[in-house]
Amino acid sequence: MTILHHPGDELVLGYAAGSLAESWSIAIAAHLTYCPICRHKVEAAEHVGGSLLGGLEEEALAPSALDLVLSQIKGVEQEKPEQWQASIEESSPSKQESILPSALQSYIGNDIDSLPWQRLGNDVSQYLIKTNDHEAKARILRIKAGRPVPSHGHRGRELTLVLSGSFEDEFSKFRAGDLEDVAEETVHKPIAAAGDDCICLAVTDAPLRFKELIPRILQPVLNI
Amino acid sequence: MMKLGASPDIAEEITQETFVSVWRKAQQFDQRKSSAVTWIFTIARNQRIDRLRKERRPALDPNDPLLVPNKTPTPFEELEQSSIVKNVTASIEQLPDDQRDVVRLSFIEGLSHQEISARLKTPLGTIKSRLRLSFEKLRLSLGDFQ
Repeated sequence: MTILHHPGDELVLGYAAGSLAESWSIAIAAHLTYCPICRHKVEAAEHVGGSLLGGLEEEALAPSALDLVLSQIKGVEQEKPEQWQASIEESSPSKQESILPSALQSYIGNDIDSLPWQRLGNDVSQYLIKTNDHEAKARILRIKAGRPVPSHGHRGRELTLVLSGSFEDEFSKFRAGDLEDVAEETVHKPIAAAGDDCICLAVTDAPLRFKELIPRILQPVLNI
Repeated sequence: MMKLGASPDIAEEITQETFVSVWRKAQQFDQRKSSAVTWIFTIARNQRIDRLRKERRPALDPNDPLLVPNKTPTPFEELEQSSIVKNVTASIEQLPDDQRDVVRLSFIEGLSHQEISARLKTPLGTIKSRLRLSFEKLRLSLGDFQ
């Protein structure tokens, strides 16, 4: 798998700094599962945070003192079992079958078919993910194989991460792990590739702007 | 440490919770894979998201069966962890003031890019380009060209 579409550095930095709102962060965390390049960038950015933190500490506490404290804590805690390891092993058999990265499974479970899908017309269904984020909304979209999402514009930003299948719009083709970042005022008409349904995570911070009448009427009701 | 954009009381609580977390998770810390300050930064960051924004922190699971592994060792795996932080620290010091300020407001005060733009009365696009430029320089200091 080669990832061709990545989040911009500004999203990676926001995620690493912890200043990016929850819904966008879900998309970045899920993308990281597929993308060693962006994992590496997040790691570099976290070192920036660490270095700044180390700088703040320097007056009271030398960076080496932190290592010292840490190794002492490690020594004391040595006899305790590593509970986090056990919990990962317990949950992993079911994960084998899921198409969902764990960042998403922690929100919606691992069985995509059992979600209470909400239909948006004949070809598209959505499931709105519950978050505590007031800035943006995250949803899972399921687009029938070979079928389009009605042409729409954007009043804000839209991040779309492909989880399964693929789609194509006026700009490019997007496969599993690819992240499309669409800006305000861009109009596009994504079409799922023939073969398999396209399942993706879509995050938006403003309602979409549909061109056609029926989606426009349904929009307020469906919260899209 | 707790210039994390919180009131003094809450900052104090976050500090304490961070250290308790550091204590609890000490066994997960691997000196070969991360430096202590970076690791503590990530714990403090997550506490801040939890306490101040009441949001969850969606995270990568390194044991996810879907995880696509690194093809080649990253430059970081070949560098001493302590020298990474040293290099980044030196390179942060060399950044122009306006770039260093946005990096600090973002990572230490936890402000969103919009909030930084409002705080500095500077257009959002300028804030983003300062962040991008500084990140490129910081990555170069790690011998990281991709």
